[in-house]
Amino acid sequence: MKFVDEFRDPKLGKQLLQGIARLAAEIDRPLKLMEVCGGHTHAIFRFGLEALMPDNVDLVHGPGCPVCVLPVGRVDDAVAIAEHPNVVFATYGDAMRVPGSKKSLLGAKAEGCDIRTVYSPVDALAIAQAEPDKEVVFFGLGFETTTPSTALTVKQAAALGVTNFSVFSNHITIVPTLKALLDSAGENIDGFVGPGHVSMVIGLQPYEFVTRDYRKPIVVSGFEPLDVLQAIHMVLTQIAAGEAKVENQYTRVVREGGNPMALQALLEVFELRSYFEWRGLGTINHSGLQLREPYAAFDAEKRFAVPQLSVADPKACQCGEVLKGALKPWECKVFGTACTPETPIGSCMVSSEGACAAYYNYGRLSVLKSKPEAKAATRPAPRPSDEQPEAAE
Amino acid sequence: MCLGVPGRIVEIADAEKKLGLVEIAGVRRLTNLACVAADADAVRASLGGWVLVHVGFAMSRIDEEEAQRTLGLLQEMGEVMELQEQLAAGDEARRGAGVAGGGLAAPPPMMGMPDGGE
Repeated sequence: MKFVDEFRDPKLGKQLLQGIARLAAEIDRPLKLMEVCGGHTHAIFRFGLEALMPDNVDLVHGPGCPVCVLPVGRVDDAVAIAEHPNVVFATYGDAMRVPGSKKSLLGAKAEGCDIRTVYSPVDALAIAQAEPDKEVVFFGLGFETTTPSTALTVKQAAALGVTNFSVFSNHITIVPTLKALLDSAGENIDGFVGPGHVSMVIGLQPYEFVTRDYRKPIVVSGFEPLDVLQAIHMVLTQIAAGEAKVENQYTRVVREGGNPMALQALLEVFELRSYFEWRGLGTINHSGLQLREPYAAFDAEKRFAVPQLSVADPKACQCGEVLKGALKPWECKVFGTACTPETPIGSCMVSSEGACAAYYNYGRLSVLKSKPEAKAATRPAPRPSDEQPEAAE
Repeated sequence: MCLGVPGRIVEIADAEKKLGLVEIAGVRRLTNLACVAADADAVRASLGGWVLVHVGFAMSRIDEEEAQRTLGLLQEMGEVMELQEQLAAGDEARRGAGVAGGGLAAPPPMMGMPDGGE
């Protein structure tokens, strides 16, 4: 497949790995690099990149999987909407198994709710047009990558005069999230592999604060193995040179200014909520999006009574620590035993982009656990920083 | 869900509505082109181009030249590294066996990585 196969060339990959090994040896201290985006987490495990990293380079998996950060309370709200007698609840497949406090959407479907998996918000709109006596609610999920699609669909519904379509918006935005993460766990992280598909919409400028205020390198990356390896190489090159810059590895897709047309649609339809709850990360101000007043008729939260309760995560679940990069998935008590992709307890085990699901499906656990850094560097206890070079002679 | 897949615009279905058929690995699907084409003319002109498709919407045009440039840089970097290795091996051979460690060639200077387009 064009633009895919070329970026999986094993020879070039080996060369990049040699370069990464040299840089890591030169820097000569434990390094933690966080990939923010769940798509990268998936790619890293699918292609086994984590096991190929030098011993002192630890890849930490961030909160960039919109399904994984969906709090229990919002799943309950979704179920409550889906339980309305005349509602067709349309959702991306990823969200079906996310556990609520009593049941997931899949559980609600089993009990008879009309819940349908769609590939695109326009598919949900098409259902609304085809079944005008039903109320169709689309489960709006995702970061800036996905939000413009929802926005354009809402605009289309408005233009077509469709009145039985609405969106339950759980769209979120990347910058406040990165900032919250840097404030709470920033000292643990040496650099970032930045989200490629969010950046194709928002561009590079929004990341300037990462380098300016926190002095961390960030390299926006594509999703093929060579992309991720090259981005890691670029982050290490910056660290070795003592630099902190925003760089773009994914130049074939990401433009410096992002996609103005997509941004315009997003801003026309959506505005920031004053606060939004995240699973494991708590409430982050101005991190969620809701429909603007002119589109209020398409806001499911205004159309249907939703409980809007904040519900604590299950006690056994440590998704929060995993999302902050403080814990490796396999260190969670229920990983792979009580919590599996078939019967997940935490949301990180649900989506294929979740760190736990990626480890569960692809993780070369025996290799990873044997890495010297793996155990030492990932204890949940707060640690001052990683600057102590271990075993320096 | 956040997957973005490269595909080629093989047919314009409705230029006014900004809809086109995009072929992804042999499968054609109606795709919204509103984020990559400002008006009907731009939609018509986009025929044959490559786009990144996400949940039924083309979200970015894929720049073939940039793709080639990235691969070219990786090739070049590999060649530089091979050269350095040969040089290092040559040095070692001259100094006699077993002088490895510490003396590895400096990392490649990572010449001019793509800097975000112009």
